[in-house]
Amino acid sequence: MGERLKKAIHNFGYTRIIIILFLAMLIISAVMLKLQMKNIVNGMLVRTGMNGLLTLAMVPSIQSGTGLNFGLPIGILCGLVGAVTSIAIDLSGIKAFFIANIIGIALALVAGYVYGVILNRVKGQEMLIGTYAGFSVVSGMCMFWIFAPLRSPKMIWPYGGRGLRVTISLEGIFDKILNNWLSKKILGVDVPFGLLLYVVAFCVLIWLFSRSKTGIAMQAAGGNPVFAEASGINIDKMRIVGTVLSTVLGAMGILVYAQSYGFLQLYTAPLFMAFPAVAAILIGGASINDATITHVIIGTFLFQSLLVVAQPVANQILPEGNLSEAVRIIISNGIILYALTRIGGGEQ
Amino acid sequence: MDDYIIRLVDISKEYFGNRVLKNVNLKVKPGEIHALVGENGAGKSTLMNILFGMPVIHNTGGFTGEIYFDGEKVDINSPKEAMEKGIGMVHQEFMLLPGFTITENIKLNREITKHNLISRLLGERLKSLDMRAMRKDARAALDTLGLDIDEMLVVEGLPVGHKQFIEVAREIDKSHVRLLVFDEPTAVLTEIEADLFLEAVKKLSDKGIAILFITHRLDEVMRVADNITVIRDGEVVGELTREEASVEKMARLMVGRKIDRIQKNGRSPEENNNDEVILQIKNLRVNMPGEKVKGVTLDVKKGEILGIGGLAGHGKIGIANGIMGLFQASGEVYFKGKKVKLNNPKDALSKGLAFVSEDRRGVGLLLNESIQTNIMLTAMQVQEKFLKKIGGIKFIDRKTAAEYAKKIIADLDIRCTGPEQLVRRLSGGNQQKVCIARALALEPELLFVSEPTRGIDVGAKKIVLDLLLQLNREMGMTIVITSSELAELRSICDRIAIIYDGKLEGILLPDADDTEFGLMMAGGYSSKTKEVS
Repeated sequence: MGERLKKAIHNFGYTRIIIILFLAMLIISAVMLKLQMKNIVNGMLVRTGMNGLLTLAMVPSIQSGTGLNFGLPIGILCGLVGAVTSIAIDLSGIKAFFIANIIGIALALVAGYVYGVILNRVKGQEMLIGTYAGFSVVSGMCMFWIFAPLRSPKMIWPYGGRGLRVTISLEGIFDKILNNWLSKKILGVDVPFGLLLYVVAFCVLIWLFSRSKTGIAMQAAGGNPVFAEASGINIDKMRIVGTVLSTVLGAMGILVYAQSYGFLQLYTAPLFMAFPAVAAILIGGASINDATITHVIIGTFLFQSLLVVAQPVANQILPEGNLSEAVRIIISNGIILYALTRIGGGEQ
Repeated sequence: MDDYIIRLVDISKEYFGNRVLKNVNLKVKPGEIHALVGENGAGKSTLMNILFGMPVIHNTGGFTGEIYFDGEKVDINSPKEAMEKGIGMVHQEFMLLPGFTITENIKLNREITKHNLISRLLGERLKSLDMRAMRKDARAALDTLGLDIDEMLVVEGLPVGHKQFIEVAREIDKSHVRLLVFDEPTAVLTEIEADLFLEAVKKLSDKGIAILFITHRLDEVMRVADNITVIRDGEVVGELTREEASVEKMARLMVGRKIDRIQKNGRSPEENNNDEVILQIKNLRVNMPGEKVKGVTLDVKKGEILGIGGLAGHGKIGIANGIMGLFQASGEVYFKGKKVKLNNPKDALSKGLAFVSEDRRGVGLLLNESIQTNIMLTAMQVQEKFLKKIGGIKFIDRKTAAEYAKKIIADLDIRCTGPEQLVRRLSGGNQQKVCIARALALEPELLFVSEPTRGIDVGAKKIVLDLLLQLNREMGMTIVITSSELAELRSICDRIAIIYDGKLEGILLPDADDTEFGLMMAGGYSSKTKEVS
């Protein structure tokens, strides 16, 4: 019996268990501190939904063998340009969200291809190169945000001058468009069914892709490049397919994130957006060689829930303004750090 | 008290309730060569891990039984303790630093140092190397082994055989070594290298060093071992002296069932009178590191089993790898009169060629995928098998794939829990069968097989060879088999091509004289008249 339990724990992965215990501990203290649990549960669900696609973006890149996509900001920027354009041509509602996605995807296809070609030249160091590729593109785009010929009053500084604002409100554009869709109260908790459905739909699409001819070829190229080559698979092409998919999901992911958050964050905001996604999928049990949809769902939920609960608990325990903010940063980065040390995967 | 250098008494070991060793006893005298033979998974490695106090043993609950070293009961808790006591181990994989010279490798971490001006002032750590003394020691160790090679050469790029010798030299240079364990030392060596190696082992034992020799090459055991212990399923099933032992007897004990000695199955040229050439190789050059092919011209006849033999490093392995597009190749290859594009695996595969690689775990398998995925993947990618179209997108058809996998698992007798089992968890022999199954899923007209029996145990070897014969005889598949084991080629091939220095040296019939094979492999045949049948 003891052996069996040990084996079950081992199979489930120590990383996940430790994070679950930590989360349980936080939830218990939240209950004991008499915090608004309804809000907290709602926060968990919303944050899981809004980050879901960004985490999902890690799957194609891991499966195609380029590792964790630290270059995710490239995709994110495509999505942001899509959103900015859609605001510039004065759209609102579903139309604005849809057009932002279309433009974002189109740009991501091109950017993903170029990024994929670059990654094919630096095999073995994709993650390091990806991190810096992301950093440089974010910095390059800072200039675009300043010099872009966009004059919409919703986006420029109220006092005029050059360039777009750092944060652009989406109110009246596509703020909460998914969050409010099909949202229902269950036991007093607002459950964002529409948002979750949207994310699940893309999870299913990616799962279906993994069972198609191309999807299997891509996984073989990632699993064992020599084997794939010997089976007549064009490895470089498959790696590009994985990178393009990941970039496209990054573009779509940031739009889901933005509609929930209510703001577009430009300039240096996308710099570190790859890290929560990376941490989430690692906590979910993925490794640099292996990632599944289950890893995405479990990981995003655990990671985002931790952040949601940690903040009010820290606020209660350390009411002195700045300290709780410091604690929150320590916790969120601490989890990212812990997840990165588990980069080899929890199931070995 | 006793004159044994090492005595293992009643050793038992369990892994998670699974008994892998049952009351194993083993004793070795100084200067004795003791062979430990057994199939893969019989428990040989576990026994050695216990002897060396490997952490894996303690982490899994330790073992029961006693170890006596030099008459004293000892408790070995780490490999370091084992080494301090004078037990040395030569591993199957080389642990050498490629950019260092032979001397540096032998003396690594045990360098001889001498004082210089700075070290006198600033302490021991800054002493300089006494290269002359180190060279002397290294030379002495190499001489003991009878290896005539410059001790200042850089290890990188040396033949595998030499690396193995350097590995051994390092162990014997540890002056107090009293027991040396060799873990399948000849597995990676060619026959000639193995001969030299066995000579060296004998020399060591003459010096009073006890030797424990783990292997499954039984003829080697017959040549060098004084005593032999056979284990099967964690139990000692036989303790033989050399006088009592014979290859058949050991094989029988090891496998636990009677196996007939490999017989010759090749057909005579009259029997196999099909002269249609199915594959024409013209001046093929392949740039495969360590196995360069430098212009091979060779015809393969339809329906035959052609063997490709030769010493390691002479390019025999490069031929199939080159034709299948895995390494940069040039020259001309025609299959059924059509030109095969080189450097293009897809073209070769879609023309009806298939390849079972010698690098099973590297090229042959997706270790973290299921048996089913492994079997169907190539056929699916190249020939669009096991697919169904839904909405214009090609999805895997799991039903037909599972049916096919089940059928071929039964046909080839792959021992597994089902088509969904991960290939990583299969034994070497069964992994090899999965590789063959993958090639068969392509329904090839010509199958290249490289080193099909490397690293798999005696029982499985025979099954694999029988399978190849069956494919040839019953399905008329043309087979080109590359192997370092001449006996294996002679047992199933119709013709055997010998490659020397990247070129075809000649073609022999399997029943040709041993000396002719020897001569060809050593490159001494070119001067004589060529017999090409």
